[in-house]
Amino acid sequence: MTDASLSYRPINLGRWVIWGGTALLFLLLPVFFTQGFARTLLAQMGIMIIFALSYNMLLGQSGMLSFGHAVYSGLGAYFAIHTLNLIGAGQLVFPVSLVPLVGGVFGMSFGVLFGYPTTQKSGTPFAMITLGIGELVFACSLMFPGFFGGEGGISGNRTVGGNFLGIKGLNFGRDIHVYYLIAFWCFLSMVAMFAWTHTPLGRIANAVRDNPERVEFIGYNTQRVRWLVLILSSFFAGLAGGLSAINFEIVTAENVSAIRSGGVLLAAFIGGMLFFFGPIVGAVVFSFFAIALSDFTKAWQLYLGAFFVLLVMYAPGGLSSLLLMNLRVMSLGKMKRLRDPYLGVALSGLTLLIGVVLLIELTYHLTLEAGGASTIKVFGFPLATHSVETWAFVVALVLGGAVAFEYARRRFKRAWDAIQVEIEDWARENPERS
Amino acid sequence: MLRLSMKVALVACASLAATGFAVAQTKTVKIAFIDPQSGLMAPVGTNILRSYQLVADIANRENWAKGIKFEVVPFDNKLSPQESLNALKAAIDQDIKFMVQGNGSSVALALSDAVTKHNERNPGKEVLFMNYAAVDPDLTNSKCSFWHFRFDANSDMKMEALTSFMAEKKDIKKVYLLNQDYAFGHQVRRAAKEYLARKRPDIQIVGDELHPLAKITDFSQYVAKIKAAGTDTVITGNWGSDLALLIKAAKDAGLSANFYTYYAGTTGVPTAMGASGIDRVRFVGYWNLNNDKIGSTGEKIYKEFKEKYKDDWYTMATYSVIKSLSEAFNKSKSTEPIKVAFALEGLKFASVNGEVEMRNTDHQLQQVLHVASWQKVDGKQVRFDQENTGLGWRTEKVLDSFVAAQPTSCNMQRPARPD
Amino acid sequence: MTPELALISALNGISYGLLLFMLASGLTLIFSMMGVLNFAHASFYMLGAYLGYQISKWVGFWPALVLAPIATGLFGAVVERFGLRRVHKWGHVPELLFTFGLSFIIVELVQVIWGRPPVPNELPPGLQGSLFTIYTTTFPISRGFIMLVAVLMMAALWLVLTRTRIGLVIQAALTHPEQVEALGHNVRRVFMLVFGGGSALAGLAGVIGGVVFVTEPSMAAVAGAIIFVVIVVGGMGSLAGAFIASLLIGIIQTFGLALDYSIQSIVGNVGIHVTPDTFGYAVWKLTIAQVAPVLPFLLLVLILIVRPRGLMGTREG
Repeated sequence: MTDASLSYRPINLGRWVIWGGTALLFLLLPVFFTQGFARTLLAQMGIMIIFALSYNMLLGQSGMLSFGHAVYSGLGAYFAIHTLNLIGAGQLVFPVSLVPLVGGVFGMSFGVLFGYPTTQKSGTPFAMITLGIGELVFACSLMFPGFFGGEGGISGNRTVGGNFLGIKGLNFGRDIHVYYLIAFWCFLSMVAMFAWTHTPLGRIANAVRDNPERVEFIGYNTQRVRWLVLILSSFFAGLAGGLSAINFEIVTAENVSAIRSGGVLLAAFIGGMLFFFGPIVGAVVFSFFAIALSDFTKAWQLYLGAFFVLLVMYAPGGLSSLLLMNLRVMSLGKMKRLRDPYLGVALSGLTLLIGVVLLIELTYHLTLEAGGASTIKVFGFPLATHSVETWAFVVALVLGGAVAFEYARRRFKRAWDAIQVEIEDWARENPERS
Repeated sequence: MLRLSMKVALVACASLAATGFAVAQTKTVKIAFIDPQSGLMAPVGTNILRSYQLVADIANRENWAKGIKFEVVPFDNKLSPQESLNALKAAIDQDIKFMVQGNGSSVALALSDAVTKHNERNPGKEVLFMNYAAVDPDLTNSKCSFWHFRFDANSDMKMEALTSFMAEKKDIKKVYLLNQDYAFGHQVRRAAKEYLARKRPDIQIVGDELHPLAKITDFSQYVAKIKAAGTDTVITGNWGSDLALLIKAAKDAGLSANFYTYYAGTTGVPTAMGASGIDRVRFVGYWNLNNDKIGSTGEKIYKEFKEKYKDDWYTMATYSVIKSLSEAFNKSKSTEPIKVAFALEGLKFASVNGEVEMRNTDHQLQQVLHVASWQKVDGKQVRFDQENTGLGWRTEKVLDSFVAAQPTSCNMQRPARPD
Repeated sequence: MTPELALISALNGISYGLLLFMLASGLTLIFSMMGVLNFAHASFYMLGAYLGYQISKWVGFWPALVLAPIATGLFGAVVERFGLRRVHKWGHVPELLFTFGLSFIIVELVQVIWGRPPVPNELPPGLQGSLFTIYTTTFPISRGFIMLVAVLMMAALWLVLTRTRIGLVIQAALTHPEQVEALGHNVRRVFMLVFGGGSALAGLAGVIGGVVFVTEPSMAAVAGAIIFVVIVVGGMGSLAGAFIASLLIGIIQTFGLALDYSIQSIVGNVGIHVTPDTFGYAVWKLTIAQVAPVLPFLLLVLILIVRPRGLMGTREG
């Protein structure tokens, strides 16, 4: 036979389009968002995306709920900033753009170190030991000021590396440089982590999540699998930490705190842990709450917490699951029936939301700014905080919105459930198409 | 909410101009207040925010800066350096060019560094950092910056004054040092040991302790240790809740030692001390209301603050900051930070505590220092009480600014002088 | 370490440990029932402190000592009925996450209603002053009160669980809920009762802790970390274990602060000199007092690795 053999592998056009589109989006975003604040927000979203994706390797893909993931990103950040300072002092020759890799490598080494004892168990004991290690590292960070810098943390200067590739002026001083650095690493990490889900380790990790006993039966060591997953996850977490060190030019004990660990948990969960792009969505939403919203209102943590709890109660699959459920309905052409119920839910929900937001903002203003101005502006409209009319209006809005929402919600649920039943029937009859 | 208010302000201004109102050109200069407004240190932060707001109101009313109105915009940094950097970015995005901060030298060091870097990388968009209370000496020595100005006497200056006072007290034999574990606390303990060794080598330092900053609610163990060491005098740089709770625990456990502090006149401490602190607690600071003449500027501001907020006005540096900015605006005929900075250097002006000077070399304000002790209000030497306790501060010694002045190792990089 | 310091440290440690136990006991009960750690428990502690402050402003401290825990318990019961019960069907992880999100919300609600700075929650006149004097140090009445209430609470809990019918039902439902339901008891109501009761205990600890220490929004985070250690070290599901662990942690933390010995000083007594140039100097020079905040977490990690059941635990979770 001839050497030339025909091989046919169809191009996965959808994959190229999506990834190409994402890369294009990353490239072009700064063109649309020119304000400094918007760009720093995008940069922080990029970091959060890597962090949340790395966390989901543990949670969504391997079923390991960790409360101490910030340990890896924080330690990676510390090593990264020390590297930066060494570069600045002339003791190390290393390109600044590769410093995040340093963070990744050290994050990974701590993953190896801490990972071994923590991954002995899974489930609640794993969650608790990660919490314990997180608290331990956080408490240690204030005990060793030589490395951790005490209360003031460690500062660095990201321009110490001179010009990137010799291009004049490209020394990472300006926000736009940092954005592109982060976008580059973010895209690379996304590709890497996505590819990982298709590797044997990634698949077995899913199996360990679903049925660890069976995995043992087919000959895999679940502890070893979990440990390996943790190591890889901690690499990316360290990478995110390194980028954070470059972005903020300061690393403090907060980088290893329980608050950071909680934040990435929230981000991954909000986005949805069952799909790969879930944490990406979650990271964007979380960053929006934590960074952008906090500029507009003091109550942003309340909104975030309430949003999170509502998701846990009503949509534990996160925003991505909501999105995909609706896409499925749309692809089967049944969305038209939901148009009116959706409208009803949206309008009444919006009314209720505005009423609740007004109520919260008014209360916040009264209790937190006593002695300040007597009118506040919400959505651009001034409100007199002490007048009875304002309160009556707001309460009426809340009550009215609540009643309307409940009515609309029931109507929607009836329509939705009916559609779901139809879809189930259709899926049973067409197993190869669903 | 802030950006929306700016939009409304812009619309209002535009409409005013459109209707042709002949209003004199008033410009608003915003000042970002970056300090804790939540957590254990919130009471201090809130008090000082209000102090700034009142002084800004008075400055606007009395037109200190010709044609310029001040507006104070608060940012809560939760006492964290990272949060403070976020706040700085947000403030810069809102076109605010003057930052004030003072609670926590760790924050101040991070802010000073960030401001310097920002100014280097964004020429033409510089901002200034007015440090009204972070007293780590490094900020005007090894880490000094052209864009940073300090309005409080640094901790070495204060320790110099305090130890001069203590040197004359022969009954001080055993001293315990208790401080917060961060940059400032470290400086206090270092300076205390150094200066005491110089002035009173016979004093024995029986304890030298550091505790976490703004985290401890129960100081009883520390008090027990202080007692066990046979202490007769405690020197502490603690501030805010760390000092209030320490003194409360000392009172509860019946500790009879004297306290030499930096911040016993700040929010929460007078209430915690009560009568048990009489003649036992002292502080070193740049101003004491009870030392002022009757009807002084300070007294007027104090009374106005008390009426409006039912609280005490003690952070006199708020006056110095806004007064110096006003004088600099007038002198340089501009509000551009770089011109204002050059105008501020070497500026001599009259503050509430007398004539003060912003030293050229290191941007450290030179002013008098008082050592005061906690006493009953007697209408003569002690006319005003603090926090409605019926007790107030009596100045025991006033040190001229040259007494406590410290040499500086600052070698700051100055930008080119604008024309 | 003088005898005075040792005695006072012991008393401080025991009173602190008993306060921890008041918190941990409710959490142990809830954990036994749910199988999941209730992150919001420390928030109920904080809620109790704030409710105690508010109610005592209206009717005085002593009525508040009774009313605030009841209010906290009711709040807990409502949370269980309308929140937790719905999430229960999704599994353990959502339950954990629900309590996690809830702790967020409670902290924010408290800040909305009472503000961010600490509130002036003062000791009532009956609890001010000193109980007795050891050598020259006075031991405050407030601390003694903590110990008294904790002991009374322990006794009451033991009595209810072992000597009343509802207590027997609770004990049975904690370990065999389906069988108890088959016998005709309303197990769901029992769970709501246990959750409410546990929250009420946390609220009681909060009322007292709030006046002895500082009532402010971050008290939940601080308490939460420590009681988590207590629960795990003592053994999840074991009240006796929680008691021993609380005392242990309380004493370790308190005594730890009193000891100024470091490895450097100890080996210095034997003639080995550790200098700043020695490798690992940063670790050798740490005194026990400096390490004290870390000790509970070190213990936690060690226990989880060596004996995940905890000291006296019956289930690993």
